[in-house]
Amino acid sequence: MKKIEAFIRHEAFEPIRAELLDKGFPSLSIIEAKGSGRQKGIVEQYRGSTLTVNVRPKVKLEIVVEDKDKSIVVETILKHARTGEVGDGKIFVLPVEEAIRIRTGEGGEPVLQLHEESEIPT
Amino acid sequence: MKKRLLIAGPVAALASLILPVAAFGAETPILDTPEASINAMWVIVAAVLVMFMQAGFLLLEVGFSRAKNVGAGVAKILVNFSIASLCYWAVGFALAFGGLGEIAGTNGFFLDVGSSIEEAGKSIPFVETYSISPAAFMFFQFVFCAVSLAIVWGATLERIKFGAYVIYAIIFSAVLYPILSHWIFGGGWLQVNVGMQDFAGSTVVHLIGATGAFAALLLLGPRIGKYTKDGKPRAIPGHSMPLVGLGVLILWLGWFGFNPGSTLGAMGGRFAEVVVVTNLAAAAGVIAAVSVMYMRTRTIDIGMAGNGAIAGLVAITAPSGYVEYWAAPIIGAIAGVIVVFGVLAIEKLIDDPVGALSAHGLAGIWGTLSCGIFTSPRLAEFNEVGDPGLWYSGSFSQLGAQALGVVVAFACVFVVSYVVFFLIKKTIGLRVTPEEEDAGLDISEHGMYGYPEQFIPQPEYSTGLLSGGTPPPAPAPAASPAVSQMSTTTES
Repeated sequence: MKKIEAFIRHEAFEPIRAELLDKGFPSLSIIEAKGSGRQKGIVEQYRGSTLTVNVRPKVKLEIVVEDKDKSIVVETILKHARTGEVGDGKIFVLPVEEAIRIRTGEGGEPVLQLHEESEIPT
Repeated sequence: MKKRLLIAGPVAALASLILPVAAFGAETPILDTPEASINAMWVIVAAVLVMFMQAGFLLLEVGFSRAKNVGAGVAKILVNFSIASLCYWAVGFALAFGGLGEIAGTNGFFLDVGSSIEEAGKSIPFVETYSISPAAFMFFQFVFCAVSLAIVWGATLERIKFGAYVIYAIIFSAVLYPILSHWIFGGGWLQVNVGMQDFAGSTVVHLIGATGAFAALLLLGPRIGKYTKDGKPRAIPGHSMPLVGLGVLILWLGWFGFNPGSTLGAMGGRFAEVVVVTNLAAAAGVIAAVSVMYMRTRTIDIGMAGNGAIAGLVAITAPSGYVEYWAAPIIGAIAGVIVVFGVLAIEKLIDDPVGALSAHGLAGIWGTLSCGIFTSPRLAEFNEVGDPGLWYSGSFSQLGAQALGVVVAFACVFVVSYVVFFLIKKTIGLRVTPEEEDAGLDISEHGMYGYPEQFIPQPEYSTGLLSGGTPPPAPAPAASPAVSQMSTTTES
């Protein structure tokens, strides 16, 4: 299992989410993050004084998939998050030891599978 | 009704002299002429507008604060206004208006002056001069005192101890403000002997408030993080510009009670001219401040637009009853320029989060001096205070009188305030600890957050909902229906 962590622009999230859902990956989380990189900060002007905000807001996307699905997810992110400008973000891929579904207590890779319609509680 | 009042008035007033108890009877008319009734009506309307300026100060200060200090501003305004309400009624009003002595008045403590104008006029001479109910006159003067007190605190945001408010508020509203307002408003030496013109209080209300703030700031010091190690000022942005904007507009609205109400009557319609003069100066203040700031920084500074409005209004406060329409935009525009350079210069040395020293102090000085330039002959005569200004008379005498008034007011208020704040600092302390300042005054001084949901994570509110019911089952493939149902409810 792999965990994919991607720091992306806010506007890239929605197309990535839609395409991942189409491809069978509905389970993901996002976190509003602030970070710095090669993209410079924002200078705020306030009553004659300035304040440089060195970190910019980004979205951190987290998704855990089976090893074989890793490249599908990475390519989807690259496809939508790349504008070619500084500040597009980064993707990190980490190994994951275990996955457990809290509702049932079941573990292993099946946890990551898309549910059949009939399995989803209403 | 009016007829009945006309006839009954003098009779009842006479009766109330013989039988003081009758003054409280329902049938005794307090206002014995239609003129007095109309004046009381206008002055109370104006006073209520001025009272609403407390809301303006509250929103302005809260908007210029960070989110961790917003509740402190609410408690401060409510407590200060209430302390001033009691102190001014008990002591302050008598010192300010209870007689025409050079230094202070001596009559009318607790507003114990009787209800009719004739009777009250013996203790409070202005009640007779302006033919106005003593209650209306006192309440109008009190809300001015409360505005002046509110000005002191804007500059001390985000680091002052609540106890300092309480002690200074008592001294300020019972003694300090009343005596200074007696000198300039109440028939004291600056008004009568020097002929200083201050129609609604550029000096009395605004400069005095800003001077108190200046004394406090010298002893209080800047907020943590305001200056870099090499002494350069850093911006500490307030959390809500919309609240600042609402505050400025409420103050602007309140000023239509502040200046026009200082006619102390509606007869003859002078107050309407004062409304126009006031509005012209405020508008010119905004345009000048925004333009100058744009030339300096190439940004349309939101906070400075607000400061421009306040500076224009503060500056026109003293001359509003003395100048013609054409002078108002000039006075307001110059105030708008002064406030920008004032904020930029003061920012380098003193941490004044709302710009009160510039908007109320420097603009207050300019407004007071501007009477010495622009006061028109007809209005100097109409108000029976001082002479026409330099523009009309070619004489510097009125300008000199204005300057003397400014220096005296500043010096007296500064010395008294500095001593009071010094004693507060040496006894209960003026400033919260660095840890409390870092945590914010809301939680450290008031025990609660102004915006709790920014500081308390949402899950903290709902603990116990899951564990309160069926205990979670041991890990098993089959789900317990009770728990799964519960979790869906929580999500929705």
